[in-house]
Amino acid sequence: MHPQRKKRLHLILFLVVAVAAAVGLAMYSLSQNINLFQTPTQIANGEVPPGRTIRAGGLVVAGSVERDQEGLGVTFRVTDGAAEVPVYYEGILPDLFREGQGIVALGQVRADGVFVASEVLAKHDENYMPPEVQDALEQAHQDGKKAMMGGDY
Amino acid sequence: MGDIALFLPEIGQTALILAFIMAVFQVVVPLVGVGAGRLWLMGYARPFAVGQALFLVISLVMLTLAFLQDDFTVAYVAANSNSLLPVPYKISAVWGAHEGSLLLWVTMLGLWSVAVALLSRSLPLDMVARVLAIMGMVSVGFILFTLETSNPFARTLPTPPVDGADLNPLLQDFGLIVHPPTLYMGYVGLSVAFAFALAALMSGRLDAAWARWSRPWTTAAWIFLTVGIALGSWWAYYELGWGGWWFWDPVENASLMPWLVATALLHSLAVTEKRGMFKSWTVLLAIFAFSLSLLGTFLVRSGVLTSVHAFASDPERGVFILALLGICVGGSLLLYAFKAPTVASVGRYELLSREMFLLLNNLLLVVMALAVLTGTLYPLVYDFMGLGKLSVGAAWFNTMFVPLTVALVALMGVGAATRWKSDSASRLVKLLAIAAVAAVVFAVVATLVGHGDLNGKVLLGLSIAFWLILATLADIWKKSRGELSRIPKLGMSYLGMVLAHVGVAVSIIGVTLVANYSIDKSVRMSPGETATLGPYTFEFTQAGTIEGPNYVSQATRFNVTRDGEFVALLTPEKRRYNARGSIMTEAAIDVSLFRDVYVSMGESLDDGAWGMRLQVKPFMRWVWLGAIFMALGGLLATLDKRYRRRSKN
Repeated sequence: MHPQRKKRLHLILFLVVAVAAAVGLAMYSLSQNINLFQTPTQIANGEVPPGRTIRAGGLVVAGSVERDQEGLGVTFRVTDGAAEVPVYYEGILPDLFREGQGIVALGQVRADGVFVASEVLAKHDENYMPPEVQDALEQAHQDGKKAMMGGDY
Repeated sequence: MGDIALFLPEIGQTALILAFIMAVFQVVVPLVGVGAGRLWLMGYARPFAVGQALFLVISLVMLTLAFLQDDFTVAYVAANSNSLLPVPYKISAVWGAHEGSLLLWVTMLGLWSVAVALLSRSLPLDMVARVLAIMGMVSVGFILFTLETSNPFARTLPTPPVDGADLNPLLQDFGLIVHPPTLYMGYVGLSVAFAFALAALMSGRLDAAWARWSRPWTTAAWIFLTVGIALGSWWAYYELGWGGWWFWDPVENASLMPWLVATALLHSLAVTEKRGMFKSWTVLLAIFAFSLSLLGTFLVRSGVLTSVHAFASDPERGVFILALLGICVGGSLLLYAFKAPTVASVGRYELLSREMFLLLNNLLLVVMALAVLTGTLYPLVYDFMGLGKLSVGAAWFNTMFVPLTVALVALMGVGAATRWKSDSASRLVKLLAIAAVAAVVFAVVATLVGHGDLNGKVLLGLSIAFWLILATLADIWKKSRGELSRIPKLGMSYLGMVLAHVGVAVSIIGVTLVANYSIDKSVRMSPGETATLGPYTFEFTQAGTIEGPNYVSQATRFNVTRDGEFVALLTPEKRRYNARGSIMTEAAIDVSLFRDVYVSMGESLDDGAWGMRLQVKPFMRWVWLGAIFMALGGLLATLDKRYRRRSKN
């Protein structure tokens, strides 16, 4: 083979291997860094192992929001219409956080079943429903209807 | 309102239709001219481009007038304005939502076409005809999209609302007056590079002259993109109330991807112009840069980001943009497949040469763009396949970007100092060894003196930033032979590159320090209480209300001191906008070159107490200062006199 070509071939092979390695690492890293969305029903049923970081969301249950007397701790419950999950968060809640509003939170389920949020998101639009929450509500609604029909599905 | 004023929206609509017709002529007539070899037909490209832009500007002005006159019979005005909205925001509301921002998009495309038409005297006429015809095709697609799916002039008759729903309060801000138009100028400006690339493919004239024509346009679009992205980051920083300046949000990623590829394109064009190589690759990058602009438009405008289901339930707009994207990418790649193999790159280069470093630069930038693309589309694909919903955390993007940026910057320092064709390792080592050692020493000293301990990440970030600056300086020293008076003679292109590269270093210093040394604290505070954060003391002196034109805010006042010395009086607010009843946090920031002190209000607690968020962010300004340097560097490069020289036809 022409030495110039051989050099070029080596370079191309090196690049291909480097790119393949980079893609492999990227995809592995991606699988470690995704946060799956779980509905309150799934959390209440114990489908989420404690300690795994997930996104959870639902409607904030009216009358469930309680601020700690000291500090910035707050507890509230979220629901998808079928199950409720208690959430604990310490810090500043977003502007659009209020009872009845759909929220999404990032955090982990504690062994006692409380969802400890490290971040609470409510989008900056009062009519906006987070799509995950919308889906969760519809899912719970469908399941409820099926249950009423006597499980005939 | 006068009688004529009632019909302004109809004038706007008519002008838009006329612009569409002009755009069709701008495509057809010059191409027929090129096909038949008729110069007089090709000559029509320029007047049609000017006509199209004129009608688009009329259309945009009519929409603006509708906003200024509170014409709530226009649905778009009713949805995005209010009689109490301050006048500057009535104007910026024109591009505050989907329909108007599309109109702005096509108007800018028209203006870029006019710029090409007017500034292309040195180009052969058939090239001008092709370039304007291709830009016309993009116009045709997008004006049709606006007219068919997103008409900003649609009426609310027969029962118009008494008052408008007001502009989203997030957008009632100076940053939002300037950020979208700048970003759009960048997005749309890439259509010029795209049109030049396709025109060159069509004519088979992919040569150094083509690269020289295309380069200043690409740089101009890149400048707008750079400034637009920086403005968006700055806006998010002060307006969202969290003090974050980059969130790896899909909308941000949509602007970052074209920027990364456009940056690669700038460097690839340099090789094509100087050495006549990388031609096919340059063309491909030009196609991808503009395609990513369109993809960004699709992601942001189709609703697909909110939910693939929302997209499926109201698919009209999304499918239309997807079709435009498909035609544009598919058509241009098809043309590329047919024409590119005929393009041969001549010339050789050694492993150690500037060409090689620019190749690696391109590789790294494209990999970065692919990483952003993967992280942005992954949740969409996952959801679309019915596997569930997920989000890709910012941590992933950071993991990807940090090593790639380190590699990129390490290479930049050498690459810029390396000669074309071939260079000797010993020359480079002699030139740059001191810079490399000094960079690490400076980084260690700066970290120890500035913070008292050695943080590995900070050390790495500062080392590569100092390395880039010192290597650049070493190269200037060498090229100017140590005489300051020679520096201006090194050429605008070179000095532009220097400034842009130093800008990258400045941004990296900012990012490194703000990411590692920011401190923040959320506290419960009542009037009269104080809190400390780092060396700063925050005294909550009073709380009260402020009446704005279309909002009422609860405000608090903070007296910030450091070691007993007065630093700033800060007044963060919590605004309630009357028309929508929505709440907005207005952070109060004391800005300085070396640190920002940032105070924002959380929620009202019992007994007059507030949840407060206090932050100190070192070197925050450097992140954007670096972007300003990059943009100014680009500006210098476009002013290089070789672009103004007339070439012989």
